[in-house]
Amino acid sequence: MFYIFCPYCKEHREEEEFHARGQAHLMRPSDPDNTSDEEWGDYLFFRNNPRGIHHEMWVHSVGCRKFFNITRNTVTYDILETYPMGEQPTITAATPDVRHEQGVQVADGGWQTVGARSENKALNEETSS
Amino acid sequence: MSNVSVSNVREFNTVPDGNPKVESPLAWSYQQHPAPRASGQAGIVLREKALLGHLVLRGGAIVLDEAVRATLGMSLPAKPNALEHDDSGERSIQWLSPDEWLVIVPGGEEFKLERALRQVLGDAHYSIVNASGGQTVLTLSGDNAREVLMKSTSYDVHPNAFPVGKGVTTVFAKATVVLRRPSETHWELVVRRSFADYCYRWLLDASAEYGIDTQ
Amino acid sequence: MTQSNRIAAGGRVDRSQVLEFTFNGQRYQGFKGDTLASALLANGVNIVNRSFKYSRARGIVAAGSEEPNAVVQLGARDDTQVPNVRATQQGLYSGLVARSTNGWPNVQRDVMSWVGRLGGGFMPPGFYYKTFMAPASMWMTYEKYIRMGAGLGRAPTESDPDIYDHMHHHCDVMVIGAGPAGLAAALSAARAGARVILCDEQEEMGGSLLDSRETLDGVSAVRWVEQALSELAGMETVTLLPRTTANGYHDHNFVTLHERRTEHLADTAREAGFPGESRARLHRVRAAQVVLASGTHERPLVYANNDLPGNMLAGAISTYIRRYAVVPGQSLVLSTSNDHAYRAALDWKEAGRKVVAIVDARANPDGDLVRQARDSGIRVITGSAVIEARGNQRVTGARISAIDLERFVVIGKVEELECDTIASSGGYSPVIHLSSHTGTRPVWNEELLGFVPGKVKGMHAAGGVAGHYALSETLTDGARAGRQAALESGFNNAPDIVLPATRARRDAPACALYQVPHEKSALRAPKQFVDLQNDVTAAGIEVATREGFESIEHVKRYTALGFGTDQGKLGNINGMAIAARCLDRSIPEVGTTVFRPNYTPVTFGAIVGRHCGELFDPERYTALHQWHIENGAEFEDVGQWKRPWYFPRTVNGKKETMHEAVNRECLAVREGVGILDASTLGKIDIQGPDAREFLGRVYTNKWAQLAPGRVRYGLMCKDDGMLMDDGTTSCLGDNHFLMTTTTGGAAGVLEWLELWHQTEWPELQVYFNSVTDHWATMTVTGPDARKLLSELTDLDLDRENFKFMDWRDATVAEVPARIFRISFTGELAFEINVQANYAMHVWKKLFEHGEKYNLTPYGTETMHVLRAEKGLIIVGQDTDGSVTPEDLGMQWAIGYDKPFPWIGKRALSRPDTRRKDRKQFVGLKPKDPSVVLEEGAQIVFDGKQSIPMDMKGHVTSSYYSASLKHGFALAVVMGGHERMGQTVYIPMTDGTMHEAEIVSPVFIDPKGERQHV
Repeated sequence: MFYIFCPYCKEHREEEEFHARGQAHLMRPSDPDNTSDEEWGDYLFFRNNPRGIHHEMWVHSVGCRKFFNITRNTVTYDILETYPMGEQPTITAATPDVRHEQGVQVADGGWQTVGARSENKALNEETSS
Repeated sequence: MSNVSVSNVREFNTVPDGNPKVESPLAWSYQQHPAPRASGQAGIVLREKALLGHLVLRGGAIVLDEAVRATLGMSLPAKPNALEHDDSGERSIQWLSPDEWLVIVPGGEEFKLERALRQVLGDAHYSIVNASGGQTVLTLSGDNAREVLMKSTSYDVHPNAFPVGKGVTTVFAKATVVLRRPSETHWELVVRRSFADYCYRWLLDASAEYGIDTQ
Repeated sequence: MTQSNRIAAGGRVDRSQVLEFTFNGQRYQGFKGDTLASALLANGVNIVNRSFKYSRARGIVAAGSEEPNAVVQLGARDDTQVPNVRATQQGLYSGLVARSTNGWPNVQRDVMSWVGRLGGGFMPPGFYYKTFMAPASMWMTYEKYIRMGAGLGRAPTESDPDIYDHMHHHCDVMVIGAGPAGLAAALSAARAGARVILCDEQEEMGGSLLDSRETLDGVSAVRWVEQALSELAGMETVTLLPRTTANGYHDHNFVTLHERRTEHLADTAREAGFPGESRARLHRVRAAQVVLASGTHERPLVYANNDLPGNMLAGAISTYIRRYAVVPGQSLVLSTSNDHAYRAALDWKEAGRKVVAIVDARANPDGDLVRQARDSGIRVITGSAVIEARGNQRVTGARISAIDLERFVVIGKVEELECDTIASSGGYSPVIHLSSHTGTRPVWNEELLGFVPGKVKGMHAAGGVAGHYALSETLTDGARAGRQAALESGFNNAPDIVLPATRARRDAPACALYQVPHEKSALRAPKQFVDLQNDVTAAGIEVATREGFESIEHVKRYTALGFGTDQGKLGNINGMAIAARCLDRSIPEVGTTVFRPNYTPVTFGAIVGRHCGELFDPERYTALHQWHIENGAEFEDVGQWKRPWYFPRTVNGKKETMHEAVNRECLAVREGVGILDASTLGKIDIQGPDAREFLGRVYTNKWAQLAPGRVRYGLMCKDDGMLMDDGTTSCLGDNHFLMTTTTGGAAGVLEWLELWHQTEWPELQVYFNSVTDHWATMTVTGPDARKLLSELTDLDLDRENFKFMDWRDATVAEVPARIFRISFTGELAFEINVQANYAMHVWKKLFEHGEKYNLTPYGTETMHVLRAEKGLIIVGQDTDGSVTPEDLGMQWAIGYDKPFPWIGKRALSRPDTRRKDRKQFVGLKPKDPSVVLEEGAQIVFDGKQSIPMDMKGHVTSSYYSASLKHGFALAVVMGGHERMGQTVYIPMTDGTMHEAEIVSPVFIDPKGERQHV
């Protein structure tokens, strides 16, 4: 059971709130009609299965219903970062060393106090825009 | 009938002018599964806040904030998982996602509000969806409310992590609910109509060891 | 029987509370505070089980969860049976009933033990398969008897009267184990302000302190435990969970705990005085940090006949004496490789019984405890070990000899000592099971002669499990770990914790001893057991390595070392050491197998929790559910929905069969008027200036021209060109649409729309929201539908003003309603949508007015027949993810010339989707009109070919049509569209063969006249 930081809800949530949706950053060919059968087949059917750093798309299906990406180590199962659609990962297989430790992403809304002080309750009370 | 076309969207008041029989999502459950009489003080008090007006607002936070200020006199909570109430406590707005909010108002106000919002919002890109028939609100209070929630949801309901003024969409048993904390003593569950009976039966079961009062 | 082994004073049992219990049919007495194991030992019960493979007599070896032999079947009644309970973990209660899990007909005289003596006594790995091979047909017969002799208990045959539940927790610091390290860690984390959960698997918290000879701050260790627990219990942020085993350590610091809530008190929760409460609870803990303070397991030595009752772990003997006031024998020989085990002999002697000798494998042991033993007059024999236990059903003697560890041989003369108990200690293995669950590899520590946990993010190993064995070090390390864990979860003001003072004890280094050499080779010597629960011997491991199994993982699987519920608690390191010796490698080179969840057995009840019976899965109801029940509906599960399947009537006291009911319902729709609760259909509200453009991209057909007030049927494909869902979408306004989906596809389609919007076309201005539950939908259909509805609505239903595929806002029975003129039956039909809270009112009004038209409610079965007669597909029944719109003959619903390359379009021009011989959608008319083909049946073109036949398609839907008065089917057949009128064959498993003609899938009203009236 993963504990996943939703980049929209700004909190860690249990895995049961999410669905994994496969490899991230797949690009649908912009002109499908002029794409070869082989290229179209690659887009449809072929996926990476790396040992180590992998970028995956997930959706917070029981939650904000937003899609986002995860950089995950497929060996240790560490989630190294999560980031919204349209952004690029800061950690890739080419990153010389893993700079981010799991848990770096903390609830910046100040809601979750596992990992924070209960004195931060004051933060929780300024709820308006 | 009040069928008005504002811009290119069809508004529709689903509440009749007359007085035909109306049934809340839990009407049948109450009848079918009356709670066992609690011996002594019940640790759990469960109520349905039936037949309220539920609207789902979608759009940009800035545009919607202006509109709800103009119509409801409330600001739009922009912070994730925040829940705001008006002074009477009867009207609330809850953040659901970066472009989605749940507005709950007294039953019958929803259509007027929808129309007022549409008039303020004009040509902006937004959506307003009436969900009043599709969900209901359960309130949970009592000394053992937190234990019952801990038996039901994997979300952290400790007061440090779930202060008053917070609301989240999460897993409840095997269903999905919106869980919110309007006050120190009360929790609210916004439950989809079709799951209401299951959630109610689950709550009866989880509360059994503490005693439950449903009416 | 008296408690012959009970000491008069001391221990933590309450002698004033005598508890009666039954083991293997015999009645015994124990005290409150006993475990089943301590009570059995108090009563001098030697044999508690028969072994798994050799059926050898076995006694209690350990005092904790590592016990391999005393695995019992618990339960006084058939419905309260629990297999696989360790007697050492089972609190004693009055009326407890337990049995041995092995042994037939009983543990004293076991029939299977003759098998164990076959072939010179050694059964190599795979013995049963190798021995009972021939004739193959007899294996089933042999197996029946072999199984009767083996196994680890039986499942109850009646429903469990108890309930089990789950509870979710979040905490800053989860401390596993409440021994000295765990208590110190919990105190220091809690004092720092962290939310702490402390769990311990034993009946009482305190771990090794409960039987310690040492003092803390000058008072007994037990007193300090009480103080620590009372401080923790008084803190609001601390949750104490005694009698709770951490059984699984999963990703991202997710820990599952199994709490025994009433099973230590009585047979059922009701008898325990907690009716309605759960017998056991599974806690699901998400911890920011975990302190693993699981301590160590003592390693037994591997010598000949080390499984005879009377062979025990040295530490267990101390625990039984000091904690339970039970001395499990009269005369003791201790065989050890270390100082700490000397406690057993000291405790034994203090209890007033005879210590024959301590046999120490080290040449010059000189630690404090060694001196103490010598001073008290105990004979200490050095450089030696017990090489063999003597005895039949209980140890009667120990053969000891000097040994040469370098050369692994016995040297000098063998001496035989009379005794009834042999305690052994080969050192201590950190309990690394939980850390292994995370996938991390344990690390060999040469100084400790054991594996310690590898690095796990957010985990702090503390105390014994981290290799800190001396009490002062254990406490210090625990406090450090608790403080560090609190710090890492954000509590950086941890106060300094003052630890209790301990007496320094000097221990001499231990030596590495696992298997003890014998005069004979391992294969010829009496059996030397490594894994007592799985009956794995040193010889078995030796044979495995000789047969070519070099990887420890292979050795494990060949021999069963560390399998099953035991998870290698006592045997793993010894097994690896033996494999290493045989392979001439070091232990770290051989490596270790890792351990899996669960650490100890968990009942299925606890895993399931309350998700069983009526709460097994959500049941979704429509707003009309009550009416359906009151009107006798039979229900069908469609996803999580309960939908009326059919409404059987009782005619002349006889209830209709489904077939009769469906025929009646179908004819009512075709000839009069019927009504269906269609509320379960998915409904998605779509708003935004680009809504229309978006629809054009996700549907195969065109949406540019659909005017407000109109409805269109659409097909949705995945990008591989295969159909994924269908439904109608209505244009409510130029920027506003209402999409319907299949009942089962609702959530998936909404997510699909969001997927494409969020990831491919975020520039399109459109929002999607589910309104499935907001609307209730009632379909009124049949030739009389207009007459009925016109009585209740203000809408002009004239065919010219309200055409087929139109929708209008109106009122029905005074309730605002949106009416759609769409048809899934082929008849005139109106789908009425009202806000769900008013649905029951409208539905009942329709019936009030419908009586004169014989308005007939129908369910999903009739709906299926009616739509099939009309050739309308059901996605997921007539399609299976490999069917294109063209395969269905729906070219009319494909807009190849739409400007945007919509989802699925490109794939429809791939060679595979252009094949002429694809399976295509057709109707089948059986030659025999009474035949209703089987759904799923295969179709062949040549009925006379030999088996295996060339399969050319399959039946997807098949029914009897009351209107047509014959059976009919829908099917997919290779090249079917070009085969109209041809005969195909449907061979059945019973050898019969049906013939059918390929026809158009539209069986009724091919011109569509009926729905347009």
